[in-house]
Amino acid sequence: MDIWNILEYVAWALSAMFGALMLINLIRIDTTYDNELLTSSREGEIEVTAERHQI
Amino acid sequence: MANVTATAPATERLQLLRVLGPAHIWALGVGIVLVGEYMGWNFSVGKGGMIAGLAACWVAGLLYTCVAMIDSEVTSTIAAAGGQYAQAKHIVGPLMAFNVGLFLVMAYTMLEAANAITVGYLLDTVAGMMGHTGLNQKPFIILSIMFLAWLNFRGVLATLTFNLVITAIAFLAIIALFISVQLGVSAVPMDFSAITTAPLPYGWIGIVAALHFGLWYYLGIEGTCQAAEEVRSPARSLPYGTMAGIMTLLIAATMTWYVCSGLLPWEYLGQAGTPLFDAARVTGSAGLMVLLFVGTMFSTLASANGCINDASRAWFSMGRDRYLPSWFGAVHPVYRTPYRSIVFLVPIALIFALGAPLDQVVTFSILSGLLGYTFMTFNMVMFRRKWPLDTIKRGYVHPLHPLPVIVLLTLCAAAYFAVFLGYGTQLSAMMCFYIVASLWFHFRRYRFVRRGDQFTMPWPKPAGY
Repeated sequence: MDIWNILEYVAWALSAMFGALMLINLIRIDTTYDNELLTSSREGEIEVTAERHQI
Repeated sequence: MANVTATAPATERLQLLRVLGPAHIWALGVGIVLVGEYMGWNFSVGKGGMIAGLAACWVAGLLYTCVAMIDSEVTSTIAAAGGQYAQAKHIVGPLMAFNVGLFLVMAYTMLEAANAITVGYLLDTVAGMMGHTGLNQKPFIILSIMFLAWLNFRGVLATLTFNLVITAIAFLAIIALFISVQLGVSAVPMDFSAITTAPLPYGWIGIVAALHFGLWYYLGIEGTCQAAEEVRSPARSLPYGTMAGIMTLLIAATMTWYVCSGLLPWEYLGQAGTPLFDAARVTGSAGLMVLLFVGTMFSTLASANGCINDASRAWFSMGRDRYLPSWFGAVHPVYRTPYRSIVFLVPIALIFALGAPLDQVVTFSILSGLLGYTFMTFNMVMFRRKWPLDTIKRGYVHPLHPLPVIVLLTLCAAAYFAVFLGYGTQLSAMMCFYIVASLWFHFRRYRFVRRGDQFTMPWPKPAGY
């Protein structure tokens, strides 16, 4: 087994780790916060508050 | 893990973080594209010779300069995640917006997959040079997608700062190679004799065929406007970052053609996998070889990183408007990223990266991009007609309207023809896919859209309404 075989195993392990980190965090957030809050983002809020688009 | 359920006060909203500046916009645009300088563009030389390669470089540069100017004007006015999707929604209509959103997601997800495939190929090449045969590329392909998705999941500032650093290194590597060759570092002299001995080996049609791959030099610069909702000053940062980006790419593209065409025979260059790295190998300088390998890897990772950022913003904004299930329109309460969209697109990218050949993936990406550029032409005309210059404030006004629109439309038509010459079946399949998706949206999905809520810009009524 040379360095490249070891790197293959390391890459598999890191891939699983990053995937797990995202999934665990996603589940934690989805079970902790209300879905209405999570999907409360609205497009164009800065325009409404800061700009009138008038010349 | 907390067991409580946090409920939102009536007025509290989660928005994407406004933390980016012009440098991040530059890094996003150039980062997505610069990999095209490191590989792919050189197939244009194979299609039509050295002169055709240079013509494709500059004609495609003209096309993308028009794209950058048009995009800068509209985006500086519609500062919303989703970029061209939000533009289409406000200026053309919902069906166009749905299609543009799909163009964006497909173009960037396919490009991300192509970049991951390239990472695997590059590592296989290095392993081969070190005497290891039969490297399993899959874990490296998966790791590149997983790591970059995780980075995007954690926050946009870190993601695009990372992109800024690796993109700058990749760009400086091209400049270093150019300067070194000019200073005579190369063991092989520059040779442009093929320009006179084989000026157009396949005739004038070779120039048209070369245009398909000339797009690789710049494909994706329009991605800058996906960050519109996350920049501190959209009206200033977006035009500044985009125009600086296209200027950077024009310089990098011309230098790349010059160095590679001078150092490598055009017959080899036309089918090389990593032309800039190969040019560095030809110089005989170990330092340049290492630098250009690092540049190749960094440009590939920067492109995949920017693609994840852009595809997820387009998917997120479609979910937010209920063009897709609203579940996708969620913002992470801590990292302020569209985390569900980022995670959802990971397996899709993996399917294409692990199951489809590179040229097919890239062709589908280019076709989706081309459809998006075609949309930009009539979008711009409608924008100027409905809201003339004296009706709404613009962060940037592009010059010579409608000349850039006409040039862009003409070049898009030529590019479609060029793609049809080599990939007619894929072009037809792609068109069928978008037609079926449009039918689904019109007859099944649009009933869920809150029609009044989707138009968010506080603009006056359009002229003539």
